[in-house]
Amino acid sequence: MDAAPNAAALKRDHLLERWAQVGLTFPALGLVFICMILPVGWLFWLSFLADDGTLSLIHYRRMLEQPSYFRTFRATFEISLTTTAICVLIGYPLAYALSQMPRRAANLCMIAVMLPFWTSLLVRTYAWLVLLQRQGLINSWGMKLGLWSEPLALVHNLTGTLIGMVHIMLPFLVLPVYGTMRAIDRDLLKAASNLGASPTRTFWQVFFPLSLPGLTAGALIVFILCLGFYVTPAVLGGGKVTMVSNRIANDIELFFNWGAASALGVVLLAATLILLYLASRLTRLDGALGAGHDNGRQGK
Amino acid sequence: MSWLDAPASETQITHRARLWLYSVAGLVMIFLVVPTLIVVPMSFSASQYLEFPPRTWSLRWYDAYFASSSWISATVVSLKAGFLTALVATPLGTLAAYGLFASRFRLAGLIYVALITPIIVPVILVGIAVFYAYVQLKLVNSLIGVVLAHSMLAIPLVMMIVSSALKSFDLNQELVARSLGANRAKAFLQVTLPQIRFALITGAVLSFLTSFDEVIVAMFVSGGANSTLTRNMFNALRDQIDPTIAAISTIMIVITSLMLAVSQLFGGAKKD
Repeated sequence: MDAAPNAAALKRDHLLERWAQVGLTFPALGLVFICMILPVGWLFWLSFLADDGTLSLIHYRRMLEQPSYFRTFRATFEISLTTTAICVLIGYPLAYALSQMPRRAANLCMIAVMLPFWTSLLVRTYAWLVLLQRQGLINSWGMKLGLWSEPLALVHNLTGTLIGMVHIMLPFLVLPVYGTMRAIDRDLLKAASNLGASPTRTFWQVFFPLSLPGLTAGALIVFILCLGFYVTPAVLGGGKVTMVSNRIANDIELFFNWGAASALGVVLLAATLILLYLASRLTRLDGALGAGHDNGRQGK
Repeated sequence: MSWLDAPASETQITHRARLWLYSVAGLVMIFLVVPTLIVVPMSFSASQYLEFPPRTWSLRWYDAYFASSSWISATVVSLKAGFLTALVATPLGTLAAYGLFASRFRLAGLIYVALITPIIVPVILVGIAVFYAYVQLKLVNSLIGVVLAHSMLAIPLVMMIVSSALKSFDLNQELVARSLGANRAKAFLQVTLPQIRFALITGAVLSFLTSFDEVIVAMFVSGGANSTLTRNMFNALRDQIDPTIAAISTIMIVITSLMLAVSQLFGGAKKD
């Protein structure tokens, strides 16, 4: 007879307990809500308002009509794509070499990969500025060795921006690729070579396809992160390289044009989210991020 | 030469045939490491152009740094912001991770996504969004504003680290403690917390570094007497190449290394 009320009371207690536990997330949630979700929502709304306060698509229409916007989008896309391509070309061999080493040696070399990860972005950007300037180390050594006779313009342009961005993004590619390579079953390679495949053929037909998920995930992460770059193009590009983020900052700092900046921000966010969604469908992104994250935590 | 001709992998390829691979890997590692490390000796150069190796050594850029009240005050602001961020983000992130872990609530996934948005949304958008909010809240150019914004950026990291530490934790241990008479808080503090303390230390150090290194949000919301070091550095880098920044960079590398050493010393030893 009294089983029913007891069950109800238990259920109520259980529910209360669960709400109390969920409540523990509220302080963090409140902060994110006030500092981010609400204001981003406001910016979203602002992007649909004309200067006189009426609803309009003027900021988005301007993006389609003005060629300068098209140049910004194209530059952002091209720089991100180039950076990703260079990262794949030099990061894959590094990850491969690391994955073939004994674990202890590989962990030691991992310090090299993690070191820039842990160094302040500004410090690294400054280092490149110093190394690449006209009187900098690269130019003075290159001319001393007779590789070129006039100082090359390596910084305050696209070249400098790309060098800086590759340097920053490389660990994001190497870590997931390395994780995937380590997980490949070595017996498969043995089997292939037992069956008469040459080392090169074993690599391309067995190893490379098995490492592709890591490579896809890494390349996608690099590309997505590149889209939002601000500091590197601003400093190493010397004002000549304008990516979407730089344009947003200019709209706010120089022109106080919140509508235009918001509209660009909405486009950037939408591109990021769509790519993240596609990436999560294509690969197990959390696994790749998790691998990088775990390595980062151990500081190896 | 025997090592060169020894098989290097399961496919019996020799080390000799792999020399090119080792060279490429070596070069890429040099590319990764050298630009960061070379700033340190260069900062002791007497020349305006920061030669390497320096022809004459000097401390003139360090003198310039310590003589500048604006650089010193910016350093103090950054250190304060870093410590306060760790102080705010670590408990908030831990509470959130614990709440999501314990409740197994149906909406937990949604809350998780909401809490990691700060690291998904492009930083420039976070920057102008926070700036917009602070104009209304009158928090622009205040230390508390910087700390709150940086805490928001650090919370996802703390939450992810603590969540992964909680994965191997059996919540029944807390129930046992409570059935033996401990209240909820005591059960958490005496049973759960000691088992995830390494994750907490790592999270706190990462929070500090998140704030200490952050440029874009600081650029928008810090200023005046509360300018952060990164904001001043960024503005200086856009104008000319001031060699004082080499000295500041070295100091920043030292501070970062110290923090990481702390996390390795107290947070590195994983229990399992």
